[in-house]
Amino acid sequence: MLSKESLAKIDRELTKYPAEQKRSALMSALRIAQLEHGWLSNDVVEAVADYLGLPPIAAMEVATFYGMFNRQPVGKFKLTVCTNLPCALSGGADAGKYLQQKLGIGYGETTADGKFTLQEGECMGACGYAPVMLFNNHTMCNHMTPEAIDKKLAELE
Amino acid sequence: MATFAKGVVFEGVDFDDPNSWRLEEYVKRGGYAGLRRIADEKLTQDQIIAEMKLSALRGRGGAGFPTGLKWSFMPRSFPGQKYLVCNTDEGEPGTFKDLDIIWNNPHALIEGMIIGGFTMGATVGYNYIHGEVFEAYERFEEAIEEARAAGFLGANILGCGFDFQLHAHHGYGAYICGEETALLESLEGKKGQPRFKPPFPASFGLYGKPTTINNTETYASVPYIVRNGGQKFLELGKPNNGGTKLFSISGHVNRPGNYEVPLGMPFAELLELAGGMRNGKKLKAVIPGGSSAPVLPADIMMNCTMDFDSIAKAGSMLGSGAVIVMDEDTCMVRALERLSYFYFEESCGQCTPCREGTGWLYRVIHRIEHGHGRPEDLDLLLSVGANIAGRTICALGDAAVMPVQGMLKHFRSEFEYHIENKRCLVDH
Ligand SMILES: Cc1cc2nc3c(=O)[nH]c(=O)nc-3n(C[C@H](O)[C@H](O)[C@H](O)COP(=O)(O)O)c2cc1C
Ligand code: FES
Repeated sequence: MLSKESLAKIDRELTKYPAEQKRSALMSALRIAQLEHGWLSNDVVEAVADYLGLPPIAAMEVATFYGMFNRQPVGKFKLTVCTNLPCALSGGADAGKYLQQKLGIGYGETTADGKFTLQEGECMGACGYAPVMLFNNHTMCNHMTPEAIDKKLAELE
Repeated sequence: MATFAKGVVFEGVDFDDPNSWRLEEYVKRGGYAGLRRIADEKLTQDQIIAEMKLSALRGRGGAGFPTGLKWSFMPRSFPGQKYLVCNTDEGEPGTFKDLDIIWNNPHALIEGMIIGGFTMGATVGYNYIHGEVFEAYERFEEAIEEARAAGFLGANILGCGFDFQLHAHHGYGAYICGEETALLESLEGKKGQPRFKPPFPASFGLYGKPTTINNTETYASVPYIVRNGGQKFLELGKPNNGGTKLFSISGHVNRPGNYEVPLGMPFAELLELAGGMRNGKKLKAVIPGGSSAPVLPADIMMNCTMDFDSIAKAGSMLGSGAVIVMDEDTCMVRALERLSYFYFEESCGQCTPCREGTGWLYRVIHRIEHGHGRPEDLDLLLSVGANIAGRTICALGDAAVMPVQGMLKHFRSEFEYHIENKRCLVDH
């Protein structure tokens, strides 16, 4: 279920914790698995648990508790826009609406061509750069005015 | 975004230089000199704690607990492993200062943690970083590698006979993990559900071992204190409120951003630094310490100075130093609706009053905002709040209630107008 590259990355995470505390690497391991598979199916969650020598339920608890794990398939590009108050005061909610309109989907939905998933996010600790949008759980896009959104979407192929 | 720095955490940082965060640059501006001072002058753990106490540094994570005192609680002579943990899980709406620290000056944090480790006899540290700022997490890992290569991390640091290892750990989208015991659970690879206290982390922390947890900005202030002495830091601020503090200013200002200024600066001056009100609008209200802090109306705020004591006296809290500025066109009902949704969404679900109560708060405010409010709803909100606050394992419950109480205290008439007229008092 997990590639050699993913396992090597998990092994590197494991060096951070005491040998008997492999469970600490669970969050990273699930992230790494999600990077490989796009989302965390039950099988993937179980494979991660197996690799760390944990009962599957331990991994499932973490996979379902933390909001950045995808428990369903998502589009090639996942866009999470922050609509919390500090961002909303500087156009965060409007950015979300504009994205919905442009992509023709609501929050939590994926475009029919499987390209985009749009999510409503909570504070990302980047409110000074509002409106902000997190791209594929990794890159923070700042100052997402309609023009900036158009530009970003045009870049994504 | 503007960053105004005239202080401790960002001392000498060049925000226009993409390499300013690197170890080499940090050393050029006096970095790691605090650690060297400990090595050269053979400072003892007790001496450092005394300096920390003198500095009046108060925790920058929200509660403002005196750091020197916290450090003195660690059972230093306890044989066996002890841990040091940094809280960079910054998720309190309005707060974006710790991101700026690990992005622009990660070595100040690393040096602060090494000094903390030495002072408390902890040989392993973890920095728990908010999952959404993943690029900053990657940069912090790189900074750790730099420090390791330079011999600041590892065995027998600077020949002091002291070992310290530091690792970065990321969250993945759960506000609750900012609460220190939820953070520990999460670091152990579990759901982030807070623990009962006592026992406190100083006696039962990470993996059950004595652990000290501080905020990013707290640790990043430590090198300055060790280098220059606690007295100098204290004098930057005001008594009981030592040093400078980072304020994250968001909302209706011309230049949102982080501003590092002396504690005790008048709010009016800080607002001026942030470029004043956007579009020349009038100030209506300010949430002075992150979304959990009760809102304060403009007239009260304009008479406050930005320090723990002044804001507390005004009936709110300095919290994490996140200043959310709202102009005259802001609908308070809608603002509160969004905040209440956040607490509802982020409650970990462990305690019934918080899990159920945050849902009630959100639903009632939602119906007021959408024209279905009932006259008795405002009392209902206060009564639900009273049944959450103080009845939960951690303070998320209180954090959800305080914004509601603050809004109803200062802007009740706006809520009443909404209920009666089924529309907003302000145009938006
Ligand atoms: C719901 C909740 C969220 C919190 N979030 C954070 C946070 O994001 N960052 C932080 O440093 N402290 C946060 N805290 C406070 C921590 O529990 C803890 O007091 C702090 O990290 C201690 O560091 P300090 O003494 O340096 O302030 C939070 C507390 C609660 C109750
Ligand atoms: S409120 Fe959007 S990043 Fe903080």
